[in-house]
Amino acid sequence: MKAPLSWILDLVDVPAGTTTEEITDRLTLTGLKLEAVVSPGREITGPLVIGRVLTMEPEPQKNGKTINWCTVDVGDANGTGEPQGIVCGAHNFAPGDLVVTVLPGGVLPGGFEIGARKTYGHLSAGMICSARELGLGEDHDGIIVLPPDAGEPGQDVRAVLGLDEEVIEFEVNPDRAYALSLRGIAREVLVSVEGASGFRDPALRETPAANDDGHPVVVEDSEGCPVFVARRVDGFDPAAATPDFMVQRITAAGMRPISLAVDVTNYVMLETGRPIHGYDADRLQGAIVVRRAREGEKLTTLDGTARTLDPGDLVVTDDSGIIGLGGVMGGETTEISGTTTSVLVEAAHWDAVSMFRTGRRHKITSEAGKRNERGVDPTICEAAADRVVELLVEHGGGTAHPGVTVVGTPPAMPVVEVAGDLAARVSGMPITEEQSVACLRAVGCEVSAAVGGSGTLSVTPPPWRPDLTDAQDFSEEVVRLVGYDKVPSVLPTPPSGRGLTRAQQLRRRIGRTLAGEGFVEVVTFPFVGEADLDALGLTAEDPRRDLLRLSNPLNAEAGFMTSTLLPGLLRTAGKNVGHGTTDVAIFETGTVTLPRHAGPAAILPVDRRPTEAELEALDAALPAQPLHLALVGAGDAVSGGWWAEAQPFSWADAVEAVRAVAASLGLEVSASAVELAPWHPGRCAELTVDGEVIGHAGEVHPTVCQAFGLPKRTVAAEVDLDLLIARAVHLRTAPTFSSYPVAKEDVALVVDDTVPAAAVEAALREGAGALLESIRLFDVYTGDQVGEGRKSLAYALRFRALDRTLKEGEAAAARDAAVARAAERTGAIQRA
Amino acid sequence: MSGPNTDYDPVEVTPLKADQVEAMREAALAAIADAPDLDALKQVRLDHAGDRSPIALANREIGALPPQARKEAGQRIGQARGAINQALAARQSVLEAEHEERMLVEETVDVSLPTTRRRRGSRHPLTLQSELIADLFVAMGYEVAEGPVVEAEWLNFDALNLGPDHPARTMQDTFWTEPAEDHVVLRTQTSPVQARTLLTRKPPIYVVCPGRVFRTDEYDATHSPMFHQVEGLVVDEGITMAHLKGTLDHFASQLFGDGISTRFRPSYFPFTEPSAEVDVLCFVCRNVDAESCRTCRGEGWIEWGGCGVVNPRVLVACGVDPEVYSGFAFGMGIDRSFMFRHDLEDLRPLFEGDVRFSSAFGTEI
Repeated sequence: MKAPLSWILDLVDVPAGTTTEEITDRLTLTGLKLEAVVSPGREITGPLVIGRVLTMEPEPQKNGKTINWCTVDVGDANGTGEPQGIVCGAHNFAPGDLVVTVLPGGVLPGGFEIGARKTYGHLSAGMICSARELGLGEDHDGIIVLPPDAGEPGQDVRAVLGLDEEVIEFEVNPDRAYALSLRGIAREVLVSVEGASGFRDPALRETPAANDDGHPVVVEDSEGCPVFVARRVDGFDPAAATPDFMVQRITAAGMRPISLAVDVTNYVMLETGRPIHGYDADRLQGAIVVRRAREGEKLTTLDGTARTLDPGDLVVTDDSGIIGLGGVMGGETTEISGTTTSVLVEAAHWDAVSMFRTGRRHKITSEAGKRNERGVDPTICEAAADRVVELLVEHGGGTAHPGVTVVGTPPAMPVVEVAGDLAARVSGMPITEEQSVACLRAVGCEVSAAVGGSGTLSVTPPPWRPDLTDAQDFSEEVVRLVGYDKVPSVLPTPPSGRGLTRAQQLRRRIGRTLAGEGFVEVVTFPFVGEADLDALGLTAEDPRRDLLRLSNPLNAEAGFMTSTLLPGLLRTAGKNVGHGTTDVAIFETGTVTLPRHAGPAAILPVDRRPTEAELEALDAALPAQPLHLALVGAGDAVSGGWWAEAQPFSWADAVEAVRAVAASLGLEVSASAVELAPWHPGRCAELTVDGEVIGHAGEVHPTVCQAFGLPKRTVAAEVDLDLLIARAVHLRTAPTFSSYPVAKEDVALVVDDTVPAAAVEAALREGAGALLESIRLFDVYTGDQVGEGRKSLAYALRFRALDRTLKEGEAAAARDAAVARAAERTGAIQRA
Repeated sequence: MSGPNTDYDPVEVTPLKADQVEAMREAALAAIADAPDLDALKQVRLDHAGDRSPIALANREIGALPPQARKEAGQRIGQARGAINQALAARQSVLEAEHEERMLVEETVDVSLPTTRRRRGSRHPLTLQSELIADLFVAMGYEVAEGPVVEAEWLNFDALNLGPDHPARTMQDTFWTEPAEDHVVLRTQTSPVQARTLLTRKPPIYVVCPGRVFRTDEYDATHSPMFHQVEGLVVDEGITMAHLKGTLDHFASQLFGDGISTRFRPSYFPFTEPSAEVDVLCFVCRNVDAESCRTCRGEGWIEWGGCGVVNPRVLVACGVDPEVYSGFAFGMGIDRSFMFRHDLEDLRPLFEGDVRFSSAFGTEI
């Protein structure tokens, strides 16, 4: 809400010498936050003066336009006292008129610098200004002609035009709709600024009594429209200009001046907070009827949009049909136009919820709707309509029609019981009941002590405060006036906490482990599009294709919540490579969204706690959202240098990173071959812990690498951390180990290429028995010596007993048993 | 050892004469002293103390002497051999020390060579900031509560006194999901975690909830469709705004430095009443000569978040008796706090994933 300071001070007095800053500081502290103080003329610099037109010569041009070559008396403002020669394209003035003249050196809004320049065969030294050129409105039909008593030529014109007015912009919270009016702001000044007094309520006026001579109005839905007031002004001059002060104030408040009739309704809305609608009375046919719309009814609103209405919409109709969307926007057929001479003024109170729904349904944001949906004082309809009539008569030359239509009565405000010590209990400040009562009365509440001195107050909020419904709401009014800055600072004493949960600790551990492994954590948006999944090479049946769709994504290309962290992470890796970080190792942890298609999440009641069954159903309706970890490595895993050659990332680095994470949780991971996008079909490991699949790791498919701008042999992994964390070993058992001498045995086994090393090792372990202390694969050989399609695996076995030195031959026997088991299980042949 | 040599005339055995033995000893000691290195000393050892050395050969002759002469000759040769061995050992250790010293000199490296063979990893600064904040509250006895980011509309709005027709719903531009009748949203705030906490725990409740939230804000230097919030919730007997102020003052001083406090301004949130905006004293200028301060842009205070006394309606919807318990709640942007704490003007690097950004913060902040 933007409010010119002069307008505020028309309605309330502050002690002499009070600065704007003192006023805005106080208002900010009591809840009307200052956004900015601006002047309409802040962008105008240099000489802007009153000029008197001395001569004007019309000169037709080849392009069909006629320009005026003028001489203008600007006093001594040009330094010479000589008349200023200026070319002007407007025609709405005559010699002798006072005009607004900007001289060379001046700068107008938009950084428009004025100089002396050759144009239309003259040296034009300055410009005669229109309202729009000064940022004072949209009117560009002609230049501003000042009243004859505006001042002397050469005098600065800023004050005359209100360009140096201070306009205060406030942030208005949704619960303070009354502050969307000068009336409300002035009232806040009254209660907030020390010494403020003399509040002049613009909605407090004598109004003529209702009679039967007014325009007939029938309200069929009195809940939707509790009050409807109609007044009429006839003989109105449609060409009458809006007075300057009104144009300036409306413009300063951020609205556009249109015509006197419209401007007056907007002016009164800004003044009182009550939205007003004006109809061209001559275009109304028969009685006005207010009702809910019927299915399929249509209306073209003032903004030219044809709308299909909803049975929830409140409409204003006459014999011709629907003429307006009540309280939100009028219709085209009865719109005030340049020929309107009779105006019917509507000031009606509308149901806020209905206004909110209609506005949202039709995506209409209007100044009227903004106020009506937040709640307006229902008692001021007659006053506001009367004020409009007064201004139309005064400035538009019309006469007030004696008819006054008033349908309905304002709803009564509720009486709320408020404990006298509530403000003290809520705030922790020693606020007495007397203080509370004083504060509540200051904001307009009626307060009376309840029977029996029970310490409970009966409070009726003022009609402009529909937000005050609960006892707690009144405590805020008291506390904000006593002052939030006076709330003491006291630390509560919580009971002993249990610290982080185990899962929380483990998640931190996982992050530290990966950082220790050289990976950098990134955070990406979880939005994904089908093209991203295509880029991953997912098949049509891949379960990761089942995505939660967003109704209103920011970007249609990424309209879903992702089911895998890989697209975001691969894209991020690609960006890094693109930025010249050719060796990149990154990871991300985040939840993924896996729809369960389990039906709606119910809107439960709020006047009681939901039942356990209701809560369970609510959770079951949400998608599964497991916490995933993904990592990507591209380029070199170990840099080359004076020490050694670089080691490029290999599938094994991806598997090992996951193993490192699992090891940090006390878990061991098994890997087996699987084909899964986006990995290389021959280099993807399915990772399991105790037989449960926890994720995948390996080399990324070359096509996928290309799609994401990554080098070949980029590696990646994605695992479900919830599964890992659930299995994490909590209490690890202390180890026992032998201090007897170790017996070492090496074996080389030849197997088919297709036999996994893990299978050979498992067979060796099983065959070697309890004496086996450790086993390590130290060489893999393929080549002529083992034959086509075969490989040699060389293992170092260490044997030891816990309780004794092994006897001669014991280790060799265990080794032979191991080899025999490997031969039996995997067809392994021991190399000589 | 040789047996008695009966063919010789003992008198004729000249090598056993005293002067001869002395000469052998002198020659050996001289050669030992002259040996320049371990290899040379090895040869000296062979030449003067080996099996074929003169003194070893002389020793063999002892058996040929008449018994009465053997003792004397034996002593003489034994002493000589002892001296030679001693000298050898001494020289050996000297030469070994010299050798080692030379080797160490030869093994000198350029210790200024780069040593970073493996890249250092790092964690994301927002993760670190979340953990830091969580730890500050855990230290006070709070616990860390969590909830899903894809959330039921009822928990994100209705349970928090944001009914379907509440104007404040339009303040938070919500991502809705399809089908619309499922009433599922991307949470716009971490407050549904507060509702979940109230629904599942019994007072006294002291929790903080850090997490990701979503709004349909176009991505620019100061807005992101995804950002991070931390909210706190306390529900206990006798909780007041003063406890809220004390807690936030403590939080501010822990996060931004000793003496950094907060101030409240009236505001509006449906789930709290009274509600306040909370500003934190600028930790750079401390509101002294604030005009030139970049961090607070001359304000002396920085907008930090929102807070208030828990609205009794929220307690009722979550099954907590407002006649017995009261509470406070607060919430602030983790990203925003990070930005002004670490002098970051444009938030986008937080979500761009350039490793140069995260790497600058290492593993703790």
